[in-house]
Amino acid sequence: MLLNQFLLLGAVLFSVGVYGVIARRNGVAVLMSIELILNAVNINLIAFSAMDGAIAGQVFALFVIAIAAAEVGVGLAIVLVIYRNRRSIDLDEVDLMRG
Amino acid sequence: MLENAFLIPLVPAVSFVLILALGRRLPRGGSEIGVAALALVFVLSVGVGIGWVQRVNHPPEAPHATEAEEVAAAGPAAAEEPGEPGEEEHHETPPVVRTVTWFQSGGHEFTVGTMVDGLAAIMLLVVSIVSLLVHVYSTDYVAGDRRYTHFFAFLSLFTASMLMFVLTQSTLQLIVGWELVGLCSFVLIGHWWEEKPNSDAAVKAFLTNRVGDVGLLVGMIVLYFAADNSFDIIRINEMANAGEIRHLLLLVASCCLMAAVMSKSGQFILHTWLPDAMAGPTPVSALIHAATMVVAGVYMIARLYGVFWNGLSIGTSTLNLMAVIGAVTVVFGALLAFVQNDIKKVLAYSTISQLGYMVMALGVGAWTAGIFHLFTHAFFKACLFLGAGSLSHAVHSFDMVRDMGGMRRTMPTTYKTFLVGTLALMGLFPLAGFWSKDEILAGASQLGGEGGYRLMLVMGLIGALMTCAYMTRVLWYVFWGQPRGAAAMHTPHESGARITAPLVILAGLAVVAGFANLPDTGVFSFVPENLALRFEHFVEPTAAYFPGATDEAFGHPEFSITIALATLVLAAVAIGLAYAWFWRGAGPHGIATRNPAARAGYRLLENKYYLDHLYTGVVAGGTKGPLARATYWVDQHVIDGVVNLVGTASRRGGQWVYDNVDQRVVDTIVNGSGATAEGSGQLLRRQQTGKVQAYGAYLFAGATILAGIFVFIASAS
Amino acid sequence: MTIALTIGAANADAPINVARNVGFGVIAAFMVVGALRVVTTRNVVHAALWLVVVLAGAAAQFVLLAAEFVAITQVLVYIGAIIVLFLFGVMLTKAPIEGDAQLTRTRWFGGALVAVLLCGLLSFALLDGFGEDRLPSDTRLTLRPSAVADFEGATGITTEGRSETELVEEVNALEGVSGADRSRFLTTARNIADRDGGPLDSNTGAVSDAIFASYLVPFEVTSVLLTAALIGAIVIARKE
Repeated sequence: MLLNQFLLLGAVLFSVGVYGVIARRNGVAVLMSIELILNAVNINLIAFSAMDGAIAGQVFALFVIAIAAAEVGVGLAIVLVIYRNRRSIDLDEVDLMRG
Repeated sequence: MLENAFLIPLVPAVSFVLILALGRRLPRGGSEIGVAALALVFVLSVGVGIGWVQRVNHPPEAPHATEAEEVAAAGPAAAEEPGEPGEEEHHETPPVVRTVTWFQSGGHEFTVGTMVDGLAAIMLLVVSIVSLLVHVYSTDYVAGDRRYTHFFAFLSLFTASMLMFVLTQSTLQLIVGWELVGLCSFVLIGHWWEEKPNSDAAVKAFLTNRVGDVGLLVGMIVLYFAADNSFDIIRINEMANAGEIRHLLLLVASCCLMAAVMSKSGQFILHTWLPDAMAGPTPVSALIHAATMVVAGVYMIARLYGVFWNGLSIGTSTLNLMAVIGAVTVVFGALLAFVQNDIKKVLAYSTISQLGYMVMALGVGAWTAGIFHLFTHAFFKACLFLGAGSLSHAVHSFDMVRDMGGMRRTMPTTYKTFLVGTLALMGLFPLAGFWSKDEILAGASQLGGEGGYRLMLVMGLIGALMTCAYMTRVLWYVFWGQPRGAAAMHTPHESGARITAPLVILAGLAVVAGFANLPDTGVFSFVPENLALRFEHFVEPTAAYFPGATDEAFGHPEFSITIALATLVLAAVAIGLAYAWFWRGAGPHGIATRNPAARAGYRLLENKYYLDHLYTGVVAGGTKGPLARATYWVDQHVIDGVVNLVGTASRRGGQWVYDNVDQRVVDTIVNGSGATAEGSGQLLRRQQTGKVQAYGAYLFAGATILAGIFVFIASAS
Repeated sequence: MTIALTIGAANADAPINVARNVGFGVIAAFMVVGALRVVTTRNVVHAALWLVVVLAGAAAQFVLLAAEFVAITQVLVYIGAIIVLFLFGVMLTKAPIEGDAQLTRTRWFGGALVAVLLCGLLSFALLDGFGEDRLPSDTRLTLRPSAVADFEGATGITTEGRSETELVEEVNALEGVSGADRSRFLTTARNIADRDGGPLDSNTGAVSDAIFASYLVPFEVTSVLLTAALIGAIVIARKE
């Protein structure tokens, strides 16, 4: 197997995730896109780990999974609060930072 | 004792916990624990000092001699203790290092430990003496305060952090200590946080230091990778001295670290937090913002001197960042001291100016002179600050123009000690400041080839002149003249013994500390060999981690009678002028209100060069809230903020020089820049929709473009 | 600019395993389709279910790469917990289940442009940088022959037919070795001794060794982080 086939798969997943983060209006959908990005990173880590024979890649993939769990927990809590305050999770309406 | 130096920071750390846990239940609110801990620390520090003196006199293999009693008698000035005759030639005295593994991660070991050499030993002494005296002083000064226990707890924590910082063996530990002292400084400045200015000052100090901390982190990370993944200070210095690290890396690291020094040690232009920090209780100002914490930056330069020496090419080139920053700070800090009416602020600007001397000394390569000035300055500046506290204790005010005057009669002890401290600060023979300041100026004149540091010498002399003048002004307002305001309404009385005793001790040290490094050349050639240059002999490292041991270019300035006389004459002139101005009423009084040029200068000083406006208005306002707020701000404030500021400054200058000849030119420029800023602001504003995802799109697009550039470069080469 | 496709491809002699490549291709196709559906579908619940496809595919790829433990964790944590969290999130925020045209912003072209550019750039950089590099055929990380050869080269100890005790003694007797290197050698020595079917003869064993030895501190920090996130989520989301 080529190393590149895994890396390219990761690149595609990453780009799709970036598109989702930018283009989705729904808070939950944005969080899902972020999961795509994190998975792309994990595939890269594991592929390099197999390539170099270094276990560190797998260990860091595990850390990424743990952090993703934390991120989803906090992220969904925030989405929930936004929903409670505005009765909507449309991110286009969240524009308090407008100048 | 040298191996067990880790006990020294441990004692106040334990005391911090004990005071917090038990303090409120004790009859004296926990202060007794603090004072006892500091007394113990002082004894231990003296022990380290003795140990180090013995180590220098009898390098490692030699058996220990028993001269402990004699040295102990010399107490704080242990470094003065004469060495064995015939040992004047430099032996290499390696530092005492002791480390334990803190943790291992991913195959890297992180260690903590202590490193004791002459520099660390002398700093331990300074910190423990001043801290002990401040503890004693505080038992009276803050008596009855509602957070009395907390005050002592944090004094202990501060002392522990500072001592840990001083004893640091690795740069990682140095960062931890650095941040801890910053945190304690924040807590203690905001001790009376109920009043808004105090909490503002605390926040300002904290944030300004964060700016420098970025530099500290980046610099240390660069050094870590440059030195083959090592945090070890000795190793980093050795590699820098041996030329095993690329010069560019050292330059980048030293520039980053200089940013940290500028914020922590109050160097121009990041000094603005230091005068505001005087909002804290006076003992805190004396301990943290005069004698110990603010010299942390200077200490870090001295600790990593191999890096700075090679990175900034101190030994070979004449102009370098450090010397310039120091020299500018000397003059600009002293200038600001003239227009302050708050006695503590005068002292604060004076501290900035004196810190400038230290940085300048290190910048010109006069390492020992800089550290020696740190040593002497700690005593007389602490004495002055505590004296100011004693005055305010009597009149409940720091405003020397409105609420003081004629206090030499009512507070004789404070007056005498304050006078001694002032004379030492002015650098009058034979007080402490004379010897150290003179050594710095000699360094500026003799090092760096033929007069290469003439600029620094001139700046230093001007600084010395101004120091004498503004300190005479303080003396006049506080101790002479008619009592005004609070001093007139209720007769002030001398403070109690717990306040005056530290003053007397510090004044005594301000007199004798200078003899620690008596010169032995020129007119002082009569000084016996085993009394001269004791400070240099014991404090200056001789091992390979110090450039003095490896680099031929490292020199020691010699006593110069010309410079000594010049400073004394300048001091006499300055004092004379100030005397004529204040006592005799001579000179153009009121010029600041009549003459527009003088008024502009006065306004500039009074507004502290408008740096605060720059920071709070432009920088902080610009970054507050993300970009949207920034461009909005540009929209709204640029014209009446920056431009007005620039406009008024330049307009005043224009008026002054050309009267109204180029009034129109200035106006056109001002309006033009205003219009430009407004236009670009409007343009940018439209991009700020406030939608996070739009910003996300910009972010990713920017990253893509940058990555594209990198990929292009990488594949093209 | 020249694309260095042919220069120095690593493991160029590693045999091509057709079955694995076919497996990779099928799974990858599912993943890409799933990912695209996640970001384009008009139904949030469907998006969550498509996400399951992507995550399960990633787990399968991990198995292909001999990272069994990560694959199992992926299934347990991602599919078992995170997806359920997402479904709860969808339920609690009452997002319209059907035909929600508003799920995507009207101005999605910018995002698409950025994503396409990014993808192109990454592909170019990867093809340029890694070219024909092949993964080693033996994906057991700790025990591939080169690891044994590296160990023998670095320590000068012959491993053939030695017991674990002997090897450990010899490593401990080495001089001039830093503590980190020594612990690395010890791990390798034990693995070499266990080479014939011991419990460490798998990547899972190696992962546990690494986490509980050299990465212990980050591991503990992660647990603190999870606690902080837990408390943070409760504080943010609680009603009051």
